[in-house]
Amino acid sequence: MKALAPTSEAELAEMVASASEPLRVMGSGTRPIGVPVNGQPLTTSGLSGVNLYEPGALTLVVQSGTPVEDVRKTLAKEGQRLAFEPMDHRGLLGTTGEPTIGGVFAANVSGPRRIQAGAARDFLLGVRFVDGQGQVTRNGGRVMKNVTGYDLVKLMAGSFGTLGVMTELALKVLPASHQTATITLSGLDDTTAVAALSRALGSPFEITGAAHRQTEDGPQTCLRIEGFEKSVAYRAGQLQTLLADLGTAEIETDPDANATLWQDIRDVACFHDGPGDVWRLSVKPSDAPGIKAQVDGAEALYDWGGGLVWLRVPQDTQADTIRATVNAAGGHATLIRGNRAGGVFQPLSPPIAALQDGLRARFDPRGILNPGLMGRAA
Amino acid sequence: MDMPKPNPTILARKSQLLDRLASFLPREALIHDPAETRAYECDGLTAYKCPPLAVVLPASTAEVSETLKICNDMGVPVVPRGAGTSLAGGALPTEDSVIIGVARMNEVLETDYDNRFIRVQTGRTNLSVTGAVEEEGFFYAPDPSSQLACAISGNIAMNSGGAHCLKYGVTTNNLMGVTMVLMDGTVTEIGGAHLDAEGLDLLGLICGSEGQLGIVTEATLRILHKPEGARPVLIGYDSSEVAGQCVSDIIKAGVLPVAIEFMDRPCIRATEAFAGAGYPDCEALLIVEVEGSDAEIDEQLETIMDIARKHDPVELRQSSSDDESKRIWLGRKSAFGAMGKINDYMCLDGTIPVNELPYVLKRIGEMSKEYGLDVANVFHAGDGNMHPLILFDANKEGDLELCEDLGADILRLCVEVGGCLTGEHGVGIEKRDLMLHQYDPPDLEIQMAVKDVFDPKWLLNPAKVFPLASSDTRRIAAE
Ligand SMILES: Cc1cc2nc3c(=O)[nH]c(=O)nc-3n(C[C@H](O)[C@H](O)[C@@H](O)COP(=O)(O)OP(=O)(O)OC[C@H]3O[C@@H](n4cnc5c(N)ncnc54)[C@H](O)[C@@H]3O)c2cc1C
Ligand SMILES: Cc1cc2nc3c(=O)[nH]c(=O)nc-3n(C[C@H](O)[C@H](O)[C@H](O)COP(=O)(O)OP(=O)(O)OC[C@H]3O[C@@H](n4cnc5c(N)ncnc54)[C@H](O)[C@@H]3O)c2cc1C
Repeated sequence: MKALAPTSEAELAEMVASASEPLRVMGSGTRPIGVPVNGQPLTTSGLSGVNLYEPGALTLVVQSGTPVEDVRKTLAKEGQRLAFEPMDHRGLLGTTGEPTIGGVFAANVSGPRRIQAGAARDFLLGVRFVDGQGQVTRNGGRVMKNVTGYDLVKLMAGSFGTLGVMTELALKVLPASHQTATITLSGLDDTTAVAALSRALGSPFEITGAAHRQTEDGPQTCLRIEGFEKSVAYRAGQLQTLLADLGTAEIETDPDANATLWQDIRDVACFHDGPGDVWRLSVKPSDAPGIKAQVDGAEALYDWGGGLVWLRVPQDTQADTIRATVNAAGGHATLIRGNRAGGVFQPLSPPIAALQDGLRARFDPRGILNPGLMGRAA
Repeated sequence: MDMPKPNPTILARKSQLLDRLASFLPREALIHDPAETRAYECDGLTAYKCPPLAVVLPASTAEVSETLKICNDMGVPVVPRGAGTSLAGGALPTEDSVIIGVARMNEVLETDYDNRFIRVQTGRTNLSVTGAVEEEGFFYAPDPSSQLACAISGNIAMNSGGAHCLKYGVTTNNLMGVTMVLMDGTVTEIGGAHLDAEGLDLLGLICGSEGQLGIVTEATLRILHKPEGARPVLIGYDSSEVAGQCVSDIIKAGVLPVAIEFMDRPCIRATEAFAGAGYPDCEALLIVEVEGSDAEIDEQLETIMDIARKHDPVELRQSSSDDESKRIWLGRKSAFGAMGKINDYMCLDGTIPVNELPYVLKRIGEMSKEYGLDVANVFHAGDGNMHPLILFDANKEGDLELCEDLGADILRLCVEVGGCLTGEHGVGIEKRDLMLHQYDPPDLEIQMAVKDVFDPKWLLNPAKVFPLASSDTRRIAAE
């Protein structure tokens, strides 16, 4: 089916209003999330471009179909960046295409720096969107602080195109850091590693990345610090001392090596090749190693100090097996790669599911926006 | 200020309602004596008052749930209340409503330093959350100036922020989970001790919803380790425009101060007379604070002072001791008290894009002349959250109305330049009727549709946030 590709918000609104069948809302249009939506594809790729950029106010207003890469380049020219470090899923999912900024926020995609800077949703200041009736709505604005009415901006972030099609986004951006260093401890088992990450994150040394991964040389426990030169050197030294009882930490300050290391963690590079289902778990860090240990044949990459666990499990491992362990501890699991028959998103408690369904029914009374995605039956 | 007329049916059934509530609530948890309910007739916005039908002070989530079931069943409006420090009339009752106050629910339920969170009952005050973890070196970041008194429940409902939110964010950026009771008594758990809750971001929606979607009884909050140290620098300029430019340049340079505060001449003069902090008499004064180890602070302050110098300051004073730091903050912290000493004032709370600062300050000056009322400015410059204080004489006929008109004009100006009506105090009843200046009817319609989902009978915190005319049909249909 040929995709609908509106080139203006008004055209998009008209298309949604006159749609008589379900729509599969997409950014770049190559990457289905969750259970594939059976519907007419609608892509925002025609809605592209920067509408307003004020580096001194740390704000950027862009159209939703703008490639993430364009946003990155625009910001880099002024020494700024998307501080929440959105991951690039292409390697993990073996897809091609150009990730859009709308897709990033619709999926609330945040990388390693989330523990210090916040999630994608924390950087979304305002949205314009077209709801399921074709009505154009706006919420929030382009200022850092705003409590005028309900915060639908947060609600739209992470709603996977089920409440509306976002057309314009106002973002908070931050200056890029001058210097980066990574402190790495080698050879720790998972439990010790997560405890070490917790100890470091509970220190005053402002860590912007805390991960534990397996490499050809064995396990590595990595902490990232960023900032001005002297400050980075000072904090790296302090962390070395803080963790001295666990071994001698190596300090890496080469910019390229640091960039590669954290990009690999961000994009879960270790699971790109080879078979196996990939799950994404959001849990209390100290629960993470125990959960992994309970799943037969699981390999893990721990990010966010252990709070974000990427699990690779043998193909067709039952979704229930994963969910039961996560449920027991509190948290949730999303299937990112693999057989979707067991459901992609975590089933919600009945009252929460009722609220979510209620909201979807209000934003999209005809049920045409990504029906079947995020738990609701098609 | 218009409020809906009380529902006579509810007033007539008062004793039945009280009987039902008394059947399960301990004596001390139910207040209905008019002499005692008076203590709950308003919040921090004291210009509007109305005693409620009754006040319930539950001790548990179960009691909140039971109370809500009865009110829902009898169609009685409910006004949630924390400590009552709202400045927007967010906790103002109506004659036919029951206040449910969480003040007695103030326990710490769990502290977890490894996973860096604390779980509390929401009646706990903001400052005492930090109090519970500071021995271990931790703190809870959002720090509204009312933090000694205000409750976490009110912070969540208003999405409150403070001087340090430039670096640490506001409540929504530090809230991980809640227990919330819906109007029909259903107890829900949203989020928890893990980052990024599952499903739609209901947590983000609830934060800042001004007590209209449910009553929050427990909260899981992110805690952080305290920085090694902090130090401010005081920068004075003879022009607001230049000061505004300096703020912008500091932000662009990549230093992330924890706070950038701004005061203008009327405010500096008043606080000097009151607190004697030793501020220079200049047009605009900035206080910029940075954190870290001594060496880190030196490095950041050097960068900031270099930028400040380029703009030719009349004063540049880096603190060299704890005492001096306290003195630098003293004036800023006593600004509101100082203004109150010399005048009655009305405190606004608009937000603007930082680069519009010079223009907005100039326009406020002009409007102040047109209205013949002085305006003093003190605000969180780093995020453009302004608190213009309009000075007036409460005893002078017509002055309050004039003041309200000027206030509305200033807030409209904030919206015109791309800002918003309220940065941290909330809409409440105060800015309810200005909402259509920021949002078009369809924008409000979809917000009201959200309330329909959580509270179909529109009983929770009625007549707040949305203009009465916009919410009319819903409120009447629900009766
Ligand atoms: C939990 C999770 C699971 C993921 N699973 C997958 C996966 O299975 N496959 C995959 O390729 N990527 C997946 N991603 C990655 C994510 O989709 C990409 O990071 C995102 O950037 C893709 O950009 P895109 O433009 O290609 O968006 P798309 O892949 O086209 O869309 C991503 C989601 O956002 C919605 N959307 C896109 N644009 C808008 C808009 N303007 N308004 C409203 N909704 C919009 C879509 O309906 C879809 O639900 C997942 C991310 C997360 C957090
Ligand atoms: C001197 C002073 C300085 C201030 N400084 C700041 C500041 O720097 N930053 C800032 O953001 N604010 C500030 N405020 C405003 C006020 O303190 C905040 O809005 C605060 O969060 C209100 O908390 P509270 O517990 O007093 O809430 P209340 O006044 O009791 O209620 C506020 C709102 O929350 C709702 N609510 C209360 N409890 C619940 C609950 N359990 N469930 C659901 N809804 C509930 C109420 O219905 C009402 O709408 C200041 C106020 C004063 C008086």
